[in-house]
Order: sequence, then structure tokens, then C-alpha cells
Amino acid sequence: MRYAYYPGCSLTHSAAPYDLSTRAIAGPLGLALEEIEDWNCCGATEYISINKAAAYALVGRNLALAAQQGVSQDVVAPCSACYLNLRKVDHYMGKYPDLRDQTNQSLAAGGLHYDPGSLRIRHLLNVVVEDVGLEAIKSKVTRPLDGLRVAPYYGCLIARPQLNGGSIDPEYPTHLDHLLKNLGAEVVDFPLKTHCCGGHMTQISADTAYELIRRLLHNAAEYEADLIVTACPMCQLNLDAYQSQVNRHFGTGYHLPVLYFTQMIGLALGMEPAALGIGREVVSAAPALKKIGKVAPETPAAPRRRKRDDKALPMPRQREEA
Amino acid sequence: MAERVGVYVCHCGSNIAGVVDVGGVAQWAKDNLEDVAVARDYKFMCSSLGQELIEQDIKEQGLTRVVVAACSPHLHEKTFRKACANAGLNPYLCHMVSLREQVSWVTTDKTAASEKAKAMISAGVRRVVLHEELEPTEVPVNPTTLVVGGGIAGIQASLELADAGYPVYLVEREPSIGGHMAQFDKTFPTLDCAACILTPKMSDVDGHPNIHLMSYSEVEEVTGYVGSFTARIRKKARYIKEADCTGCGICIEKCPKKVVDEVFEAGLGYRKAIYRPFPQAIPKFPVLDTANCTYFERGTCRACEKFCPTGAIDFEQADEYLDLDVGNIILATGYDLFDCAKIPQYGYGRLANVFTSLEFERMCNAAGPTEGKIVLRDGITEPKSVALIHCVGSRDKRHHPYCSAVCCMSALKFGHLVMEKTGADVTSFYIDMRPLHKNYEEFYDRLQQEGMHFIRGRAAEVTDAARLPGEEGKLIVQAEDTLIGRQRRFPVDMVILLGALQPRADAKETAVRFGISCSIDGWFTERHPKLDPVATMTDGVFIAGTCQGPKDIPDSVSQGAAASARVQGMITTGTVLIEPIIASIDEARCSGCRICNNLCPFNAIDYLEAKGVSSINAALCKGCGTCVAACPAMAITGAHFNYAQITAELEGILYDAVRGNGFGSPKRSGGDGRHAVIPEPALEPAS
Repeated sequence: MRYAYYPGCSLTHSAAPYDLSTRAIAGPLGLALEEIEDWNCCGATEYISINKAAAYALVGRNLALAAQQGVSQDVVAPCSACYLNLRKVDHYMGKYPDLRDQTNQSLAAGGLHYDPGSLRIRHLLNVVVEDVGLEAIKSKVTRPLDGLRVAPYYGCLIARPQLNGGSIDPEYPTHLDHLLKNLGAEVVDFPLKTHCCGGHMTQISADTAYELIRRLLHNAAEYEADLIVTACPMCQLNLDAYQSQVNRHFGTGYHLPVLYFTQMIGLALGMEPAALGIGREVVSAAPALKKIGKVAPETPAAPRRRKRDDKALPMPRQREEA
Repeated sequence: MAERVGVYVCHCGSNIAGVVDVGGVAQWAKDNLEDVAVARDYKFMCSSLGQELIEQDIKEQGLTRVVVAACSPHLHEKTFRKACANAGLNPYLCHMVSLREQVSWVTTDKTAASEKAKAMISAGVRRVVLHEELEPTEVPVNPTTLVVGGGIAGIQASLELADAGYPVYLVEREPSIGGHMAQFDKTFPTLDCAACILTPKMSDVDGHPNIHLMSYSEVEEVTGYVGSFTARIRKKARYIKEADCTGCGICIEKCPKKVVDEVFEAGLGYRKAIYRPFPQAIPKFPVLDTANCTYFERGTCRACEKFCPTGAIDFEQADEYLDLDVGNIILATGYDLFDCAKIPQYGYGRLANVFTSLEFERMCNAAGPTEGKIVLRDGITEPKSVALIHCVGSRDKRHHPYCSAVCCMSALKFGHLVMEKTGADVTSFYIDMRPLHKNYEEFYDRLQQEGMHFIRGRAAEVTDAARLPGEEGKLIVQAEDTLIGRQRRFPVDMVILLGALQPRADAKETAVRFGISCSIDGWFTERHPKLDPVATMTDGVFIAGTCQGPKDIPDSVSQGAAASARVQGMITTGTVLIEPIIASIDEARCSGCRICNNLCPFNAIDYLEAKGVSSINAALCKGCGTCVAACPAMAITGAHFNYAQITAELEGILYDAVRGNGFGSPKRSGGDGRHAVIPEPALEPAS
């Protein structure tokens, strides 16, 4: 499976481990990722609200390059902000002919042109879960992540808005949950899985950002997660790099490492942590990762019998999960 | 002899006349169409004056054919056929052209509408000339009725028929009749206990000499036609000899195996492997659930057999099949509750103290798993605050677009019960309050006075992720209060989801089995949404209760009664006329290839070994035309839809399509009509 790969700026610096681990697992998962040549920044989360014409040209240039280089119809972005921006531009250029013409006029200055709808913009998580498939990944696992309790954190950018029929449920996504389960990890319920990490609010109003980060850490800690697994460089940065500041600010003592799902896949495939960029996070994941494989031996107790005086009502029967 | 056709263009008030130039179209028909002797336009053709106009013209002008260009034949075909018959003309020599549904209601351009009307009238005139005189067949109606589904609608229908003196087979899938109503605690708006008003009716069914109750049974197959259906019933093995069982319940008491009751207790309570869903179950005989019985799992136990005082347990029992002959069928198969886990942000299945409406009904019921105590999932703690979320799966594009009709009132009822039993604070999250029927608004008013809180806004999520003081250990309902325009968070102990009413999981298969249709949502389709709500497009098959759409108990009961009244009418008349618009096989042309035999959706075609040809059972044939189209030898003809008539109709509609190709003249093109006259392709483009 060939894909045009759009790493985005984060993956070249703060989220380098994401890039490293993505490239590391691509081969074993059968993904041929070919980087778009001469790609540029997507404008991150703000630019599109500040200068629309320039922002559309900025993103449009990447789309035009990908289309021109013709590696694949599928463009894959690991960064959620890049993913959303690429998708947004593709969608609105298709919806509004004026915007399409204006953007293409700008692109023409560089000898480029983009026809909206000609590419499919995919998030790396979608590609891994839908194209590679959970069964295929499970069959490649050599070191199951047994004993590890993980909180699946999607962030706010992947699931909504659902432009052009995104396949991730905007209300309660489960792609990452299923993936991590198939890697052997124990996935905790994480009600805040799609809540905002604060984004760039850390630079604008730190107090607001700290509160948003605290909520997430608190919720993951409440569910006794060993670590948080994310699919977004912004989420990783905020939760990881600002964790000590949040602790200082609120007088709390959270120690929750935040890793990328690609790093978890790599671990489960038996790769060395260093080769996946593990160890470069601020809140060390080492203590948590030591738990892998150390499952509390389950006492082979007789099937639990209800006590005669047990008044508890049965929980609803869960339907077989997909 | 040339036919004399009368063309009548109806104004339908302004329905048709507002868009189509009715006078002009009628005049055009008279001037241009061959065989047209009379053409008139009239304000309301369906009025008695309009009908008399046709009758008068038949008598005075010697009309031999009639075309009425008005509404859809679904509505008034019978009216105009009757008018023709009154004047001594065979009613099947009358044809309707649907100017309202197919032209005026769907066209805005007046010129285009009038042109389309002309084409359609031209088609109607061409085909009606070739109509044949047909006679309907008269068949007797078996006075026995099959009622499928023993909920309140089915019970009502059965009792009304039985009380009128007609025999009824009542078939119920579950071990007991009673349906969803038997699961409920109280009924709105009067708050009388559901069991108190339902169980007397159930006992009436049990003891009724005219009702043959078959519980734990399903209809496998239906054959036949109105007046004489045959239904194959599978009586599932109960593993109880009904003749010997006294219903003492010792087997249930002694059974060592307890399982969660997913059906009657909605998953909230337990039952034994041999069980009776509830104490007042009708019939009284228990059912042995082989999927959970220790004996069927491991080959030992047989405690029930050991203790049964009358030796009524029979482990060898097998399913029984019975063929019932009935004249009419009433379907009252009910609804399923929406699977609330499909909206994961409400936490059902994840968060222990989120309950569905059906679970809550069982919890409130004194005979339910908590003996009527309102408690959290731990079975002990009483909630101090309860949230009710309306429209879970209803009025939601992602699930069901429709309103489930009963949830607002259920929520009010629940609010009252919670406050009465626990004194807890109750908050309802609604989109719109819809207390529509008699005394419902008053009930809403009463609850407002009793202190129930109402928040107008669809709840966004239910979470246990506490953020603010006072939220720890609670479920938090987040919603936009649209009356003040603010996001609000409500920490509560218990959440009740008012799930949508949705069609039974197997409603589509049931519809196919009984030869009726489903709406897009999956509810059974009635013959007319306003004027014929309990009949279906299949004669002799009626529907009642929630299988037709969401409705409350009073409406279900009304429909049960209405369906039974319709059936009684058929039985009293004693015979029913069967439409003669059916297919027939020309034996001389039939090669006996049998292609048609399996294609017939009504199993109306048999192969006659002796003659080596296929033959159509006139009573079973519905005139769908499948076999007509499939027959490679063109040996099958559909009455009113033979090749000549269809070709003539096509020629009529294309009268002005292309000039100079044989279709150009509005006059008939000749030919034997049996085979389409294929015109030579025009060499020159039409100028």
C-alpha cells in the first residue's frame, strides 16, 4: 500500500519520535510512505482563521504537490492539525468554486494547480486501523502489551468536523481503543478522550490551558491508567511537556507518560524502545513500560457465583465489539 | 365497431385545475383523440353529481369506455367503477389517469403540466379501448382469524372478535401474552397499575371459549389469500406436557440454575432455567430454556422432573408444527426498544447507573427485581437525584428521525414515581415536550407543580469525569439549556435514557412472510395513513398497535379494536370479491419450461404434470406481472396489462414524441397490438 506522506512541521522537531516510530513500523505493517517533496507548513490551527486566502494557498500547495507527484491518491498525515487543515481545504475548495478559483490563482504563481476531491486525506490512525486492519496487526504482535493500562486519547481534531464523511465517530471514537486492545494492552474507559488539550492556549492564557490539561490527567489517573496514548503531536506536547507545570500550578503529583500509538505498535512488534524514540519524552515512560508482561497472575478461581444476599443488579449485556 | 370513449377531467377543486388547464385539455381530447365521443371537465368528479354525469353519458351517449383523469386510482378507482356499473357498463371498462399525483402536485410549470396531462389522457384512451370485460371472483371468508402477537393490541383484537362469537387463534412468540405492557409498572396519565388493568384481559383470553391461545409459538409460513389463508405455526418445545402441568411452580423453585432475564426483566433481573416470565403469566405453564438448562448442558440434574408432582416435565419434547386455516390475519407484533449503547456518549453499558426506560419500568414494578425499590446498580443505594434524557435514538438523524410518541409521557410518569418513592430531585432533558392526548397536558402541569425540573436541550453527554466541586462520584449530565443559552452540568446519581421505540429486529422478514410492506423506518405500512390505518395493501391482512408505528396504550387498544371491527365486517359479509386483474396461461403456447413457477412471489403457479403445462391459481394470483414478463414463449397474459394494452398505452403517451416516425399522429397506429410496432429509425433528423 503506497501513500503520499505528509509529516508536517511538528514531526520534524517536537514530535520527532512520532515520525521515527511511524517510519519504523511502516515497513512491518506493509505501508510504503513516500514523503511529499518540498512540502511546507499547514499553517497549524490558527492561520486559517487569520488570513484565509494565504492559509488556503499554503495548504493548497501541499495538496497540489501531492497530486502532481502522483505517488498515491491517499495522502496520509500523522499530525491531527495537518490532517484537519488538509481535509478542510480539500473540502471547502470543492464546496465553494470562488474559493477554489482564488486558491488556484495563488497556486498558479508557483506553477501549481489542485482539483479538490482528487486526493483522499487520511489520518495515520485511519490508515493503520482500516487499511492494515486490526487482525493483521494482531497477527504481527510478538510482545503483547499485557499488564499495561492505557488511556486512549484522540484529542479534538481527528473526529470533528466530519468533513467528507470521516470514519471516526465524533462523539465516542473507538479506533484507538480497538487498536490498543489488539496490541494486548488493557484499555481504560477515558470519558475525556475527545476533549481539548488546550492547544496553543499554553502561549496565550496558560491558566486556561493548565486547567484543560489537568482535567485530562486527572481523568486518566482516576481510571488508573499507566500511560496516555495519543495520535496528535499537540496533545502529546501539552500533556507531556506541561505536566510538571500543571503539577506545580495545582499542587498535584501526576506522573503520566504520554506516548504515540505508533510507539505502542512498535513496542508490541518487538522493536527496541530507543528505535521508536521512547526515552525522549519529558515524563519518562520507562517505569510504566516495565509493567509490560507483568500481569498479576490470575487465580484460576471457580466461575464467580453470586452470593445469596447479593442485591446488585446485573450490568447491561455488552454486544460483541467489532 | 369503434368504441365510444367518455373522457372526464376533474378539477379536484384547485388541486388539478390550479396547474392544469382542465377545460383546454378536455377540449383537446375531444378534438384530437380517436374514439372519444364525450370529453368534459368537472369541479369534483368524485361527487355524486360527477358520478351521475358519467352514468348519464353512458346511458344517453352510448359510451362503451370511460376515462376519468383525476386523482390516483388508489383513492377513487372503486368510485368510478361503481358509477359505470350503475349505468350497466362493465366496471373494468373504466380507466383512471392520475392527473393529481402524477401531474399537478409534482409540476409547477402550467404549460408543461397541461402537455403532460394530454399525453397521459391520450395513453388512457388508447389503452381503455382495448380493455376487456372482467368479472371478479367471489370466494368465501373463513370466520376464523389469526392474531399474531399477544401484547395489548393483539389481546384487544382477539377479545373483540371472540366476544362477537368468532373463533380466534392468538399466536405469541414469548412464553406469556402481555407484551411490553406487562413489563410496565404504572400507566400514564392516570397512574393506574399496568398489571391491574392488563391481567383481567389476559385471564379473559385464557378462559375464552373462542380463543385458542398458542404461546411460545411462531408463524413460519403463510399461504392462501383473503378469506382462506393457511398459516404454518411452529409451537416451540416447552419441555412441559401442558395437559399434565398444573402450573404449581415447584419446578421453578427447585431449578438450581439462575440466569439473567434479557427479555421480560430487560436484563435487570434473574430467572431460572425453567421459568415463567412473571407470576400472572398466561398461560400458566413454564418454559424450559435449553440454552441454559444444566441437563441440556451436561446431561445431569433433572431436578425439575424429580420434583414435579404430576410428571409433566418431558425432556424429549420436540417442536410441533400446526397448519391453521383462517380467513383473516391481524398482525400486532409490537416494537423493540432502541439499543441505547449505540449512543456511547450517554454511557449505557459503561456507566453502571445509566438505565434504560424499560429497565426502570422493571425496577419500579413491585414484582420486578428490586420489588419496586428505586435503587442504583448496587441494588441498595437510593438515588438522591435522577436525570431523565428524552429522545435517545429518536428525532436523531443518525438513528431514527421520527418521534417515538410515548417518551415525554413516560418521563413524566418516571419523574412522578421517583419523587413519590424516593423524594429525589428529578431533572428532565427534553427537546420539545409533546404531551398530545387527552389529559396529558394536565399531567405535565401536575409534574411541574410537583417540582420536577425541566431543561430544554438535548443532553450532550453523561460522564463520570468530575471537574467541579460536588461532581465527585456522580454522573454528570452536560447539556445546553437552550432557554438561557448556556452550557450546564448537572451532577446526578442516576440517569434514565428514554430509548426510542423501533421496529422489531425481524419486522422486515415478518412483512415478507405476510406479504405486506414496511416504511423506510421499518414500520408496517398501512393502506392509507389517515383513512385506512389498520388495513394493509394485502387484502385480509390487518395491522394494529406499535408494529405500525410508535404509539401509546390507548392508541394500540383502539387499533386492536379497529382491526377486529374490519375483520368482523368481512366475516359477516361472508364472501369477498377477488380482483380479476390477474395473469392467465395460454396452454397452447406454454412449453412447460416452469420458469414462472419459482418466480411467482405468491406461489400461485402450479405445474400440471398430466398436461405438461403450468397453470395459475386465480385466487392466489395478485396480478403482479412477474410471470408475464418472464415467460419466454409469451404464453402468459396479464389481464388489463396484456401486450396490446401496454403497447397502446405507450403509443398514446408518446403521441407527439417524434414526428414522422409512426407515433406522430394521435390516432392509433394499427397493428395487432400484441407485438409492439417498432418504427423504422428516422434517417433524417426531425426538422
